[in-house]
This record gives sequence, C-alpha cells and structure tokens, in this order.
Amino acid sequence: MEPVHESLPVDVRVPFHSLQAVRAFLGYNQIQYNVMIMDVQDLLDDEQREMVKYRSFPRSTDDFVYTTYHDLNSINSFIDMLVAENSNLVSKIVIGQSYENRPLNVLKFSTGANRPGIWIDTGIHSREWVTQASGIWFAKKIVTDYGRDPVLTDILSNYDIFLEIVTNPDGFAYTHSNDRMWRKTRKPNSGSSCVGVDPNRNWDAGFGGAGSSSNPCTETYRGPSAHSEPEVKAIVDFVKSHGKLKAFVSIHNYSQMLLYPYGYTSTPAMDQAELHELARRAVTALQSLYSTRYTYGSIITTIYQASGGTIDWTYNQGIKYSYTFELRDTGRYGFLLPADQIVPTAEETWLALMAIMEHTRNNPY
Amino acid sequence: MASTGDLEPTHYPARRAAQVALHYLNTHHGSPFRVFGLQQVHKASAEDVEAGGRKYKLDFSVTDWASGSAGPALRCSADVLFPRTERHSAPDVKLRCEALQQINRTAQEEEAFYQKHITPDSAVSARDIPDSYGNMSEEMQPFWRLARVAASFIMLRESSENTEFNMAQVASVTQQESSEEQLMLEFVVLLHDLPSQEIVQWKLLASWSPDRGVRVLQTEWQPRCPHATKPPN
Repeated sequence: MEPVHESLPVDVRVPFHSLQAVRAFLGYNQIQYNVMIMDVQDLLDDEQREMVKYRSFPRSTDDFVYTTYHDLNSINSFIDMLVAENSNLVSKIVIGQSYENRPLNVLKFSTGANRPGIWIDTGIHSREWVTQASGIWFAKKIVTDYGRDPVLTDILSNYDIFLEIVTNPDGFAYTHSNDRMWRKTRKPNSGSSCVGVDPNRNWDAGFGGAGSSSNPCTETYRGPSAHSEPEVKAIVDFVKSHGKLKAFVSIHNYSQMLLYPYGYTSTPAMDQAELHELARRAVTALQSLYSTRYTYGSIITTIYQASGGTIDWTYNQGIKYSYTFELRDTGRYGFLLPADQIVPTAEETWLALMAIMEHTRNNPY
Repeated sequence: MASTGDLEPTHYPARRAAQVALHYLNTHHGSPFRVFGLQQVHKASAEDVEAGGRKYKLDFSVTDWASGSAGPALRCSADVLFPRTERHSAPDVKLRCEALQQINRTAQEEEAFYQKHITPDSAVSARDIPDSYGNMSEEMQPFWRLARVAASFIMLRESSENTEFNMAQVASVTQQESSEEQLMLEFVVLLHDLPSQEIVQWKLLASWSPDRGVRVLQTEWQPRCPHATKPPN
C-alpha cells in the first residue's frame, strides 16, 4: 500500500461502537475532519433495495429470468411485457375473474382472423409450480420461434394458440403466501370450514362419479355442481363461444405422463388408436432431448380413475386432440422441483407439444 | 377394476406395487447416502390368493438417487402381497435385488457424517427441506435422505392397492439427544398420495448409525390445518 502523506486526505470508515473514541482522538489531536456519509449501512440498504427491485421487475422479456419460480405479479408483468413487445402477434384476453376477483389472463398468439385454435393451460393446480414456469417459457418460445421455425410458423399461419399460464390465480397466490401445497381453488364451501374445489374434478364429464370426492375437506372435492368454479366456467364459456378449438392441452405435474381421455370411464375414447399413436410420437420427441422417461395412455388405465376432468369434457365437446401432461419428476421432488429443472422440463415438453400441434395442423377436422 | 394375469408395466397397478417394493428396499438398505427410486417396471403380473389377498410379481429396475445420473440401475424382483382384511394391514414384501451387497462405496461418507453429528454439541435443526423453490443445501441432503428412508417405514405400512406414496417435503428435522450411540432425529414429513392427492403429515422419531441403519421408534399422524384428512386407510 502507498505511504500516506500528512498533506493528503484519507477516508476512514468508523464502526459505530468506535465513533466516540475516534471523535475524541481527532479532536484531541486537532485533526480536521468532515463527515462524508453519516450512515454507510443506510446506503447499502438502499442499494440492496434497488438491486432487488431491478431483479423483480425486468425491463423486457429478454431480461426475465426463466430459471427461477415467479409470483403472480411477476408473471402478470411478464404477460404485459410480452404483449407490448410483440403486439403484431400476441394479445391478452381476460376470459373471466377468479373467485377472489383476479383476472383470468389468456395469451392469444394469432396471425389472422377466424382461425381454428389450439389451447394450452398451465397451473390449474396451484402447487404444480413447474407448470406455470413452463407456461412462461412456452410463451417466450412461441414469439422467438415465429418467423424462424418453419413448423411453428406454419402452424400459426393456420391456427391461433391460446395459452393460459396461471389458470388458478387464487390458489397460486395462496401457495406463495400461506401453503405451498395448496391445490384447489379458494372458494369457500357453504356448510364447511374447508375451502376450495379441485378444478380438475369440476367439469361436466362424468361429474360426481367415482374418482372425485364429495367432501369439501379433500383435495379432489368436485364442488357443489359442475362448472361451479369461476375459473372453470370461464374456460367452458370461452371454449363454447370460440367453437373452433381443435386441440386442448392441460398441463400438470408430477408423474411424467402424457394422458388422453377418459378418466371417468374405462370405455375407450372413440379416437383411442389415433390418440395413442400421437402420444407415442409426442413422447418419443420429448425423450429425445434429455432421455426423460414418460409413460402414456388413457387417464383411467395409466394414473387413476378421475371424474369431472378437464380433457374428458373438452373431448366430449368434440375437441379430438385433448391431452393432459404430468411433467417432471416421478416423486423424488414432486411439486418442489428444483428451479434448475424448469428450463429442461419446458424444453422437452415443448417438443411433445409441437408434435401434437403439428399433427393437429396436418389433420384438420 | 382389478385384472389378473399380466399387467401393463407402466400403468398404475404395477407401479403402485413396485413403489411398495421400493419402500421396503429403502427401509432395509436406505441410509443418509443411499435412497432408491424406481426407474422402470419391466414385467408385472397379479393374482388373487387364498384368504382374499392379492399378490403382485414384479421385475423392475431401481437407481440410487444419491449417486445422481451417474449411478447404475439395479435389477430387482419382488412379490408384493396386499392382504384383504377388514382393517388395513401392511403389505407383505419379498424382495431380491442383484448386486445389492456389492455397493458399499458410501461407508466412508456415512462414518464421517456419523462422527460429525454424534458429538454432544451437535444440534441440527431445520425446516422446509427442500424449500418452496426446490432448494436444498449440500449439508441438508443426508438429512433429507434419512427422512426419506424413515418415511419409507410409514409409507410401506400405510400402502394399499389404492395408494401411491411419495415424500413431498421434510417440514422439519430436529436432532434429539443421542442414545446408545445412535443419531436421534425427530422429523415431521409431508407425504403425498397420488390417487387421493392428499398431503398427509407425520411426526416420527428415527435413529441411525452406520452399523444399525435406520430405525423408526415412534410415528404420529398429525392433522394439517385447515384440512385434517386422515391417512387414506
């Protein structure tokens, strides 16, 4: 270190407990001083706050951190930024409100009017965090690949893509504020102290049958009636009024499965052979990336009997390519999937989604 | 819904039975540095047996989660008998895995971990492992594995053909005073049952040493507010 001259000023940071002694020393020795910064810690705290703020609110979807889990505000900011950056391709539709009056936001990717559509939803079960995180990644992937990837560009020249990233926003907020393991909606149940309905047992397909519960205090409570949950009703209304959805994919975790109807009955779906073969191809594509093992089949044979499920209803509405994904993993971390697996999960799942979308585009009906 | 004869290896009846075999394997061979997970079911069949039970015959592969993606797969076969009794009773498992005795690479790590925490002033205490974001520190990994092994005793005991258990999270670990040269740990674990989707909370007291392995001394089901759903059985 350089020698210090008497004529050169020197800066000293004084810990609080030494303040008195240093002041006394300087005064006694008649050393001139002035205070540059009253409290260094204050400055550091301010800087920390600024840094955190900057981290939480990226200025563009290129700044956005895809390798971490986000909260509802952050995801809604992402959605608005994505629309602003790609207004020729992307718009936001609000299809309804949750029980607690949160907007049900859907991203519409469209290059022309009156097109048939493909629907993807994530986060219908709020604790399945890798799904909302993947939904964010899918949204960015679509705008990145449009105009670059010939297959996606061709799909978007013929179909609109609808993506609902946070399908159960009340539940999602609750997983951040209160209970990481919350699955259902947050609507109170009359006559019970238990809250919430399983939005994937609330659809009008085998509603009330085996594979859902009549007890409000359970995770698979079906609700008082089919479509009683505003989060579900909003999608039902959207599907019916759109009238031209040709594929419908609802994404969950965990189990590493690609499933097709039915869950409420063991009667095979009319299109079982085609759905099975397409699932096989989609899973092959998925596995090609990181060798993640996936199982596929009908819901009722592969995972368990489940009544009132989303894709049973959409299939019965005539949306032939109705699929449910159960993403990573197979139980080791389950819902608490480490954030470093978000992007690999989204990347491999995207390959399966592309297979489904491409098949839909090549087999109009 | 029950079928007899050959089962589709990737579908739930075979998978649930295999998971039971995995719980059994972990109770016998799990440690802070070894937890087995199901890799694949190769073949499975089931038949009804006398006294109203159902026996599954399984051929499957497992991997050790502690050795990451580098670990080899072990081939196993098992007979899993689910009794059909008025009140639930635990399934019965007979299990054979190839080369199980040969994997003892973890003896050093186990000894080091044991020595570190058997000292009187070791007082490990932690919550939410992993945390909401799936994060788990290096230091906590052996405790997570111990909890997973200890939880396997409960999962094995509570299993039926209608359940499929995994451990969702370690809510807490609190080291107790060592006894008889055993590490004593009190865990609160959250188990997840796939078919019912319920999260079930259990408090348990477990002991471990490199010689004696994992033993579970006490278990206590705990209600979770606001739900208080009892175990599926």
